[in-house]
Amino acid sequence: MQSVISVSNLSKTYASGFQALKSVDLDIRRGEIFALLGPNGAGKTTLISIICGIVNPSEGKVSIDGADIIDDYRAARSLIGLVPQELTTDAFETVWNTVTFSRGLFGKPKNPAHVEKVLRELSLWDKKDSKIMTLSGGMKRRVMIAKALSHEPQILFLDEPTAGVDVGLRKDMWNVVRALRASGVTIILTTHYIEEAEEMADRIGVINGGRIILVEGKSELMHKLGQKQLTLHLQKKLDAVPQDLAVHRLTLTNDGHDLVYSYDTQGERTGITALLGDLNKAGIRFRDLETTQSSLEDIFVGLVGQKQ
Amino acid sequence: MNLRAIAAIYKFEMSRTARTLLQSIVSPVISTSLYFVVFGAAIGSRISEIEGVEYGAFIVPGLIMMMLLTQSVANASFGIYFPRFTGTIYEILSAPVSYIEIVIGYVGAAATKSIILGLIILATAWLFVPIRIAHPVWMVTFLVLTAVTFSLFGFIIGIWADGFEKLQVVPLLIITPLTFLGGSFYSISVLPPVWQTITLFNPVVYLVSGFRWAFFEIADVGVGISLAMTLAFLAACMVAVWWIFRTGYRLKN
Ligand SMILES: Nc1ncnc2c1ncn2[C@@H]1O[C@H](COP(=O)(O)OP(=O)(O)OP(=O)(O)O)[C@@H](O)[C@H]1O
Ligand SMILES: [Mg+2]
Repeated sequence: MQSVISVSNLSKTYASGFQALKSVDLDIRRGEIFALLGPNGAGKTTLISIICGIVNPSEGKVSIDGADIIDDYRAARSLIGLVPQELTTDAFETVWNTVTFSRGLFGKPKNPAHVEKVLRELSLWDKKDSKIMTLSGGMKRRVMIAKALSHEPQILFLDEPTAGVDVGLRKDMWNVVRALRASGVTIILTTHYIEEAEEMADRIGVINGGRIILVEGKSELMHKLGQKQLTLHLQKKLDAVPQDLAVHRLTLTNDGHDLVYSYDTQGERTGITALLGDLNKAGIRFRDLETTQSSLEDIFVGLVGQKQ
Repeated sequence: MNLRAIAAIYKFEMSRTARTLLQSIVSPVISTSLYFVVFGAAIGSRISEIEGVEYGAFIVPGLIMMMLLTQSVANASFGIYFPRFTGTIYEILSAPVSYIEIVIGYVGAAATKSIILGLIILATAWLFVPIRIAHPVWMVTFLVLTAVTFSLFGFIIGIWADGFEKLQVVPLLIITPLTFLGGSFYSISVLPPVWQTITLFNPVVYLVSGFRWAFFEIADVGVGISLAMTLAFLAACMVAVWWIFRTGYRLKN
């Protein structure tokens, strides 16, 4: 598939000397929803800010639909809509004026019908003449989305769109995002939450410490993230896993006191019932059992560990 | 040229002005009237004429210049500082606009506002003293050039400033002293020779002198030199703005 954004060897060192991005390579496919997943300070906002022209890159290249973001910035930027992480709005302007302003800034001719459509989709229509400072935080976020959509971008960046947003808005927002995707818009969103990426994205990129550590289709990644461990605390210490139980690929830990079984929550069957049946047959009894899920953090650590 | 972007920025800035219309007009009108009461009536009654011009009328061009300089710097610096402060600048930086378009939008709006104010002050002065304008075209030329140049200067201040204090320090510590010492209220020929020479390093002298010449055909320095100095300052500001956008100074990390 053709890539609409192509980032190569991109690095960023801030004036403070801090290196926020380390030689990032990334291709975004046309028309996909791409989720950039990573902990605080991973470099998500820095990456987006460079692509959108707000931060200067230290090294490397970015092109948008073939247009270099520096040499051909006009062509590159006119395709992009950005909803930044921070809520920054012109407090004294009305909703209608600020959204119309954005459209003009991007060089698009006046089109009140389009602005109205955007405001209605985001349930802002009855607020169109209100000053922004009279709106709630969630409504301000809607205004920022409306500004980004006012100029009909081909690529939309949503930097943590669900921070401080209630269920209603989240639903509205995902509906808008799905409709945009259906009309061919490419969407890149950042999030801390795996569930959110799971709900929306076609592909997921994981970034940590300024490096992209993995880019994968959603289902592959969900498979990895879906691993769970069942730990059985045994009544009697074992020296080795009995041959009869080999099919379950168990590991013995805690000096032979615990048996650990890994399984996939996304799979058709987890195999737990079979395991418990076999344990019973083998006469192995346990005092207690617990299940743990690898957290996103564990997976980051695991992935980073693998690379080094 | 992204003309729509220029129009959008210009309109945005003008509507910001319109929201504060009352204070932006009332306060200069009141302070102008105060200057007339103090300088025109109180001092002017003791100084009868300067080079054949009644003192009350003599100070009008200087007074307009003073307002023009302070208002241009204040408007333009605030206009660009505020979006930097609130963070809304992100949108301008991510838009398909060149820096020339950004400057035309912001500086154009600030200059428009100060030109309107200059004309209002001129009209107010008219109520106090009879004024003749010998060279209306030159008068307008100096008015517009000064407004544009100092709006550009203000734009630079607004980008350089990293706090509200700095935003106020420049008008207070630089613009006001320079205008007071720049012959707004006297002819520099009344100064001792040494001070006359020192004064020639003050760019405001050339602005006031040229502007006053357009009214009364009296000048401290030749009108050609006045024009050249104004244009030179304009060019210097343009170079500074060009450098700011080329390097992203205080705009981009
Ligand atoms: N202007 C700046 N100067 C110096 N360091 C910065 C600057 N902006 C960001 N950083 C640093 O760069 C790193 C990446 O920041 P960035 O905002 O890109 O992270 P993020 O992934 O968006 O995090 P979050 O999830 O918290 O939004 C952080 O360590 C941050 O402190
Ligand atoms: Mg961020």
